[in-house]
Amino acid sequence: MSISPLQLCLLFSSALFCIGLIGALSRSNTILVLLGVELMLNAANLNFIAFWRYGPATSPATGVIFVIFSIAVAAAEAAVGLALVIAIYRHQKNIRLQEADRLKG
Amino acid sequence: MLPLVVIALLTLATAAVAMALRNLIHSALLLIGSWGGIAAFYLWAGAEFVAFAQVLVYVGAISMVVLFAVLLTRRSRTDIALAPDSVGRAFAAIVTGGAVVGVLAGAILSSPLGAGTVAGNAPAISVRDLGLQLMGSHAAALLVVGGLLTVALLGAVVIASADRAEKEDDRS
Repeated sequence: MSISPLQLCLLFSSALFCIGLIGALSRSNTILVLLGVELMLNAANLNFIAFWRYGPATSPATGVIFVIFSIAVAAAEAAVGLALVIAIYRHQKNIRLQEADRLKG
Repeated sequence: MLPLVVIALLTLATAAVAMALRNLIHSALLLIGSWGGIAAFYLWAGAEFVAFAQVLVYVGAISMVVLFAVLLTRRSRTDIALAPDSVGRAFAAIVTGGAVVGVLAGAILSSPLGAGTVAGNAPAISVRDLGLQLMGSHAAALLVVGGLLTVALLGAVVIASADRAEKEDDRS
C-alpha cells in the first residue's frame, strides 16, 4: 500500500506531538515541561499547514492565517510561562515541579 | 517526498534527543535546531511567510527567552546538569506517548486521507494577499492578538520582576 504525502505529514506531526507529550510528562524540570508543550503546539501547526497544502481546496490563505495567529498565541504563552518559572525560582530557589506545590510563596 | 522524509527525521531526532538529555543548555540548543527543521518543513510545503515567522518567533525570540530562563534559574555557575528523573515516571510517560502515537498512526494509515491530491501544487498565496486579508477580513482577530500579546508581555514583566520588599530583604 502506498502512502500519500498528506499521511506522511500527519505521521510526522503526530510523532512530534508524542515526543513533546513524553517530555512534558516525564521530566521534572519546569523549563523542559514548557518546551514539551511548545513542541506539541508546533505539531498542531504542522497539521494546519499539511491540510492547507494537501486538503480539500478552500480559500488559499486560510491555513496560513490560522498558523500565524497560533504562533502569536504560542509566543505569548512562552513568555508568560517562563516568567512564572522565574517567579517560582525566586520564591523557592528551585524549579522542580514536584516541589512547586504551594500557591502561597 | 525525499526532502520531507529527511526534514522529518532530522526534526524528530533533535526533538527526541533534546527531551532525553540532562544538560538544559544542550536541550535548548537542540530544540532550536528542531524548530529550524519545522521552518524547513513550512518552506518545503510552500508556506514561505509562515516559515519566516517561525524562524523569527521561535529560532529568534523564544529560544533567547528560554536560554535566559535557563541561565537565570541555576543556583551556581556549574549547576546545569539536572538530577535524574524517576525511572517509573519516564516509563509511564513513554508507554502513554507510545499508545498515543500508535492510535494516531493507526487512524492516519487506515484513512483514505489525501489519496486524490498527490500531485497537487501548493495553493498560491502572496505576502500582499496575506496582508490584505489580515488587515481586511481578519482585522478584528489581528487586534485581539495584538491586545493579547501586549497584556501577556506586560504580565510577564510584572510576574518576573522582583518586588521592592523582597529586594530590601535581600540587602539586609
